[in-house]
Formats: sequence, C-alpha cells, structure tokens
Amino acid sequence: MRALTWHGKHDVRVDTVDDPEILNPRDAIIKITSTAICGSDLHLYDGYIPTMQAGDILGHEFMGEVVETGPKSTLQKGQRVVVPFTIACGSCYHCGKHQYSACDNGNPADNQDIGREMYGQPMSGLFGYSHLTGGYAGGQAEYVRVPFSDVGPIVVPDGLDDDEVLFLSDILPTGWQAAENADIEPGDTVAVWGCGPVGLFAVQSAFLMGAKRVIAIDHFPHRLELAKKFGAETINFEESKTYEALMDMTGGIGPDAVIDAVGLEAHGFFVDNVIDQIKATMFLGTDRTHSIRQAIHACRKGGRVSMPAVYGGFVDKFPLGAFMEKGLTLKTGQTSVQHYMPALLNAIVEGKIDTTFLISHRMPLEQAPEGYKMFHDKQNEVTKIVLKPGMDLAQAA
Amino acid sequence: MPIDTDALERSHDDAPVTSSKSKPGDRELIAESVTINRPAADLYGFWRNPANLVAVMANIQSIEMIDDVRSRWTVKAPAGQEVSWDSIITHDVEGREITWQSAPDADVANSGRIEFIDAGKRGTIVRATIAYEPPFGTIGKLVAKLFQREPKLQARRDLRRFKQLMETGEIATAARTRKQLEEENA
Repeated sequence: MRALTWHGKHDVRVDTVDDPEILNPRDAIIKITSTAICGSDLHLYDGYIPTMQAGDILGHEFMGEVVETGPKSTLQKGQRVVVPFTIACGSCYHCGKHQYSACDNGNPADNQDIGREMYGQPMSGLFGYSHLTGGYAGGQAEYVRVPFSDVGPIVVPDGLDDDEVLFLSDILPTGWQAAENADIEPGDTVAVWGCGPVGLFAVQSAFLMGAKRVIAIDHFPHRLELAKKFGAETINFEESKTYEALMDMTGGIGPDAVIDAVGLEAHGFFVDNVIDQIKATMFLGTDRTHSIRQAIHACRKGGRVSMPAVYGGFVDKFPLGAFMEKGLTLKTGQTSVQHYMPALLNAIVEGKIDTTFLISHRMPLEQAPEGYKMFHDKQNEVTKIVLKPGMDLAQAA
Repeated sequence: MPIDTDALERSHDDAPVTSSKSKPGDRELIAESVTINRPAADLYGFWRNPANLVAVMANIQSIEMIDDVRSRWTVKAPAGQEVSWDSIITHDVEGREITWQSAPDADVANSGRIEFIDAGKRGTIVRATIAYEPPFGTIGKLVAKLFQREPKLQARRDLRRFKQLMETGEIATAARTRKQLEEENA
C-alpha cells in the first residue's frame, strides 16, 4: 500500500510499504477514505517529538471502510467507521471510568517504559505519534490496522459525508473536552487562546454549554474571522494588548474560564530517544508556555483553567503564585475520544455542530508531502487539509 | 509482606524493603506490582500452570510441566544453544500466593513469590518478588539475556503483558504485519 512516512525534520514521503494484517483477535483493517493532517503532526514534522523512527507512518485523524475483521471484532465488513486517535482496551480500570486516554493496555508493554520514565505512569497508545505512545502505524495511508476495534471505532450512519464526521477522531472531541474542562456556567465569559481547529471547536462547544460570551485570541486574521462566525469576540494579539483588552472587556473581572488551545508550538521537548538518556538529562528542554502563562494571569479569581494544548516536558516561569493566590482550578489531558464520540455524532446529525467549515484543502494522499509543507508555511489560509487516498489529482480542491 | 525478616527489622517506615535505598545483602532482590481488573482466583489459576507463562514472559522459550510442582524452564542461549533449569513450587496457597525455588543444581539460581491480593473494585494486586544470585562466569551472558540488563524492568514488562492478556484477551502490539510481529517476538 501507499503511506505517508516520516524520515526526519521536514522530510515526509509517500512510500510503498507492506499492507497491514490482522494480528490480534480484536483487530480490524480499515481502508482509509479520509485522513486529516493535525496541527500536532507539525510537531513531528518539525522534529520536536522524541522517539520517532525513520519510516514511521503518520496520521491520527482518519476514517474509512472496514475490510477485514479479527474473530473478536464487533465490526462488519463494509461498515463506515471513524477511528479515535486514542487506542484503548475498554476493559481496564481507567476505561471503566471512561478515562480512555489513560488506558493501561493500549500501549505495548515494552513501550510503556518511556512514558513511565517521563511522566511516572504511561498513558494509552496513540496512532501515528512516535514510539512514546506505542509506535503504532497511523492512518495517512491506504489501510490501517486498528486494535481493540470493538471499543474504538464508531459506525457512521448512511447519508453523512466523510467531511461531516471525520473530526470525531480527535479535534472535535478535544475541543468539546476543553470546554467541558472549563466547567462553564450559564452566563460565563470564556477566553480561548488559539483559533486552530481545537480552539474553534472549543468556541462552538463553550456556547453550546451556556457561555454568554466567548473571546477568541489569535494573530491569524482568517482564523479570527472563523471564530467570529460562531459568535466569538476576537482579540488579535499582534494588534492589541491581550490582558488589557480582556480586563476591559470583562469589566475588570477577567474571564470566568480560560482555555489554552495553543500549546508547546515549536519549543517541544528534546529529541532524546533512549530511556537512559531521559534519565540522565532530566531537563528535557523547556516547553514554550506563553499562552498558558497569559491565560492564568488573565483568569478571574477562583476561575477555571482548561488546557487542551499539548505539552510534553517541563516548563519555566509557570505562574504558580498567581495560580495559588487566585485559587484557580486546572483541568487538562489527552482526550478520551471514545467517551465523547456518540453524543457528538448526534450533535452533528442534529445540526448543532458544524465541522465542514474548517476544511480549507482536500488533496490525494500522494500529495501529502506538499500538504505538510503548505500547512506548516501558511497557517492563516490553511486551516485544515484532508487527504483522500482514492482521489484523482483533478478533483483536488 | 513477604521475605527477609532481617531486612524488615531494619525498616523504619512502611515502604516495601525492595524499595530501600540500601541493598539488603548479596542477593539481588526485586519487587514489582501491577493491578489487574480480574478476580484473584482467575489470575492465580493462570499462574498455577506455569506453562501458561510462556505467552507473557518475553525471554522464556518453553516451560514444561514435569509434575504438579516441578517445571522445566528453557531459555535461548547465544550460538543457538538452549539452557534449562528446573523450578519447584515450594509453597502454594490457593487463590493467594505461589512461592518457587530453582532446583539445587540450577545454573540460574532464583527464587520468588507471586501474590494475589484482593483490591476490591479495582480487581487484584499482583505482586512479584524475585531473588536471584548475581551471575558468574560463562553463564553471565545467558543471564544477561534472560533478565536483560535490568531484571526489574523485565519483570515489570512481563507483568504488563500478563495484565494485558488477562484484561483484554490479547497482548498489545504496534506491529503492522505478521513479519514485524515475529521479529518483535524473536
């Protein structure tokens, strides 16, 4: 099959590799019909995530058709499914509490040591996102092997296009969980840093959860326009002083809840793919934390901080004093996608959430390397690229 | 708590002796725990038949039952050789613990205990305590292979595979093809 593979910093290629096979009883093989490039894929593209290996297949936002099932899969051939990016077993203690991203078993045993060294306990496996999260092949390919297919994938009802449901795989539940973690009360003002896909879905979700006002902060005019379409007020931090603006817009109180949907950006953790080295160099590099720092500074006393943004290592100058003195609450974490999928699919069917507005580009899988470069270089215009393995070049738009 | 009463007497806190910052003697002594979302009886039942353990122990080639308490363990050694030793169950409390000891002539002298402790809604805490003699001479290479460089790490990985098999019915792998899976397990 053809697959988008990682070879190093700014070096991704479409290669021919062996097709995936059923290896465990609960597996299924999915023929990919749509797969998106995620903002967090750019961290891999920029070479900031440790434990990547040349030839790794990327992609954790994907959907397609079931073409093969293991004896204990509950899926049937021909079904259309969206696959969550978190690989969770459904039977451990954490899955029982719907903390799917904390699944004990989704990450292969030998790989769990890295997470244990870095974080104290290993998290679940993820598709196409380094060997820290299992080393699973991703879905920017013609086919993918999906473990625990009886727990993860959700069957898509007929009549819904790929574009309408694809984002159930990651960014829609992630934006929703971000708003849920902000514990929004009716009438609240919520500020969202970052109008990427997660930030924009957090804006929509916050309104659905009863926020009276949502203030969106970014520096890309096009992305701020999208936020505005969903009813948000905007702050362009290149033109305005964010803290001053927020204080004035909230009558000197500060937002009731703040959401950091920016994250580590370019300053991730160091490339350091050996456990011994991780042990030896405990500093690992410093995540760039401007947005979370500013969010905590602006948040009202006793307010809530939600952090869907991805961080990997350690931080400097975290405003622990402001956090303690103001009595803030912080909620964060990788998304428990499986928990949110059914309700969000309903919200899409009922027209309460729009997902298609986000897609700026559709292209064949063969063009994925150009897609990565474009997404990386032009973040204002390129909001989301969806790769379609079967698509003719002529259909691309 | 298992083992070494001398060490326990030296202890001034409630932490297991195996987490002590000072080494409790000449033997290597390690402990690893994992919590498994299954009743103790199921887990004990699996462990009581050592032949089952081949599936979760990465470096063991075969485990053959000789009688109800004695089993023969075989590992692959360098240059295509195999090395075996006998392991004897010395103490057995149904549903709660199994203690073993290698036969007196074993090249890889080891002993240990596996305990199954009820953890209510969370299932069962499975705790392995293993003692072994540091390797000497030519057998050193083999032991290095058997326990890898860090026996504690190996025990932890094996317990994770045991947990995966008991909780999910399979052992998680990131392999994409059968060939990759075979290479992983080689």
